[in-house]
Amino acid sequence: MRSVMTAQTAPAPRSLFRWIVMGVVGMLLVLLVAFAAMLYRMNYVPADLDLSTTLPTAQGLFHVHYTPNQEPIAINKLHSWTIRVTDANGEPIADAVIGVDGDMPQHGHGLPTRPQVTRYLGNGEYLVEGMKFQMGGWWVVDFTIDAAGQHDTVRFNMLLK
Amino acid sequence: MRTKRLWLAAVALVVLVALGALAWQRHQQRERELELLRGLWIGNLPALPSDPTNRVADDERAVALGQHLFFDTRLSVDGSVACATCHVPAQGFQDGLPLGQGVGTTARRTMPLAGVAYSPWFFWDGSKDSLWAQALGPLESVVEHGGTRMQYAHIIAQNYRAEYEALFGLLPDLSDATRFPPSAGPVDDAQARAAWEAMRPEDREAVTQIFVNIGKAIAAYERKLQPGASRFDTYVEALMNGDRAGMRAALTPTEQAGMRLFVGKAECINCHNGPLLTNNDFHNTGVPEVPGASLDMGRAQGVRLVLEDAFNCLSDFSDAEPEECGELRFIKADDHTLERQFKVPSLRNVAERAPYMHAGQFASLAEVLQHYNRAPDAPHGHSELRPLNLSQRELAELEAFLRSLSAPLNTPPELLEAPALPCLDCRPIGE
Repeated sequence: MRSVMTAQTAPAPRSLFRWIVMGVVGMLLVLLVAFAAMLYRMNYVPADLDLSTTLPTAQGLFHVHYTPNQEPIAINKLHSWTIRVTDANGEPIADAVIGVDGDMPQHGHGLPTRPQVTRYLGNGEYLVEGMKFQMGGWWVVDFTIDAAGQHDTVRFNMLLK
Repeated sequence: MRTKRLWLAAVALVVLVALGALAWQRHQQRERELELLRGLWIGNLPALPSDPTNRVADDERAVALGQHLFFDTRLSVDGSVACATCHVPAQGFQDGLPLGQGVGTTARRTMPLAGVAYSPWFFWDGSKDSLWAQALGPLESVVEHGGTRMQYAHIIAQNYRAEYEALFGLLPDLSDATRFPPSAGPVDDAQARAAWEAMRPEDREAVTQIFVNIGKAIAAYERKLQPGASRFDTYVEALMNGDRAGMRAALTPTEQAGMRLFVGKAECINCHNGPLLTNNDFHNTGVPEVPGASLDMGRAQGVRLVLEDAFNCLSDFSDAEPEECGELRFIKADDHTLERQFKVPSLRNVAERAPYMHAGQFASLAEVLQHYNRAPDAPHGHSELRPLNLSQRELAELEAFLRSLSAPLNTPPELLEAPALPCLDCRPIGE
């Protein structure tokens, strides 16, 4: 503070001081932006990722809800899911043909297995066997649903530890 | 004056925000690191999964018989090769050679065995889906043990009858040499194959069952080979207890730096995850071909072999119900990404088992790390690696960390050596 007061008495150093301060502030701002960019890059998963376990299908024809049979989902462990498929009005869909696939958008590889819907459990619920994830991170799981002559897809996001 | 104060306040605010953000980020990073490190901690190794394909997998009598068989060189074409010839207990159950050396030279590196029973797949290409089926492969390989199942059945009948029958029931009478010749099996050797094809189907079935039971006993023994806690595990335990002195005593600052790279920037943890530091899955990491050898397609070939395997989980020789064969039923078999994928090995004791990769392509850990850092294109298929841009110093830190993963096996010492006698109640070798 004292040195600041001294600087004020002489007009020439005063503008120099202002430039220095502005420079420092500018540099700090640049650093802050760089820091924020680094943070973003480190967590390059989309910040607004929808992690819902119930979603409408892309065209809104069906609603799909999934429940893993182990929670939290452990990596490297074969397990099954139960998915429930309803129409837009919430009525269970009994005769759907359902396809399953998964992917890691940042890694260019998919699931280590080929999961399948193996059984209809009633009340719109289907058993999906053969689910397995071989690493932590951002996963997507896609279901294709064909029922009553209609086709639609749904994509779930998951962040696995 | 007033402007100046405002400027100063602005500077102070920016500095404070920056420092705060830095502290917050550091805290977040430490929390995330702790979570990742806990996942690698040996204390989180779950109980050994049961093996529904092998009814005697956890039978102590099978462990004892399996240990004898594991060290018995009579289970080979010329009495020179046992499982322990390549899976050397004093070397972490591997041999330190680029390619396994049985009665001939194999196409791949001998894999270590500690913690092997946690894997759903065996061999570098996962061409077997149970430990017992894996054990049978080398026994009839012309470059490994080189013998035949008929020969091995005779050895069981002559030397291990009581132990075998206690576990698996009465042995068939193999004394009729016209029905049961000294050597016969579905192997590469033309003479042994012809002898096998001349046998009655029911006799072949009976002999194959004995062969399968040999594998099941060896598997029971191998299930006992478990990794021990390393300095890294001591560090994680100290970290979880907030014991800073313990952390410093466990890992040097260089090793700790390498550990952070392992779970962070170097992305090793993507595949080397879990307490065994492997996801037991298959990946193409662009490992170079072996000059002069035919191209090894890895998992792409492995899936075909395991689906056709007469000893797989769904076979008549497996003790599992079909619904217990999930890994095989939901196998990924029709994907181009399988090309030249190889199994991710456990990194426990990795520093003790040079050379590296499926055919010993790299002589040292430093070479392995250089490879991952450069991420060259795969000789076939598509490498999943991306260049890491690590400095030489960071590579050295990673190597130091990998060296902290060494530890003696957590296995009873009596299981780490050949049993005193070649069988439980009979003659020493040579009589």
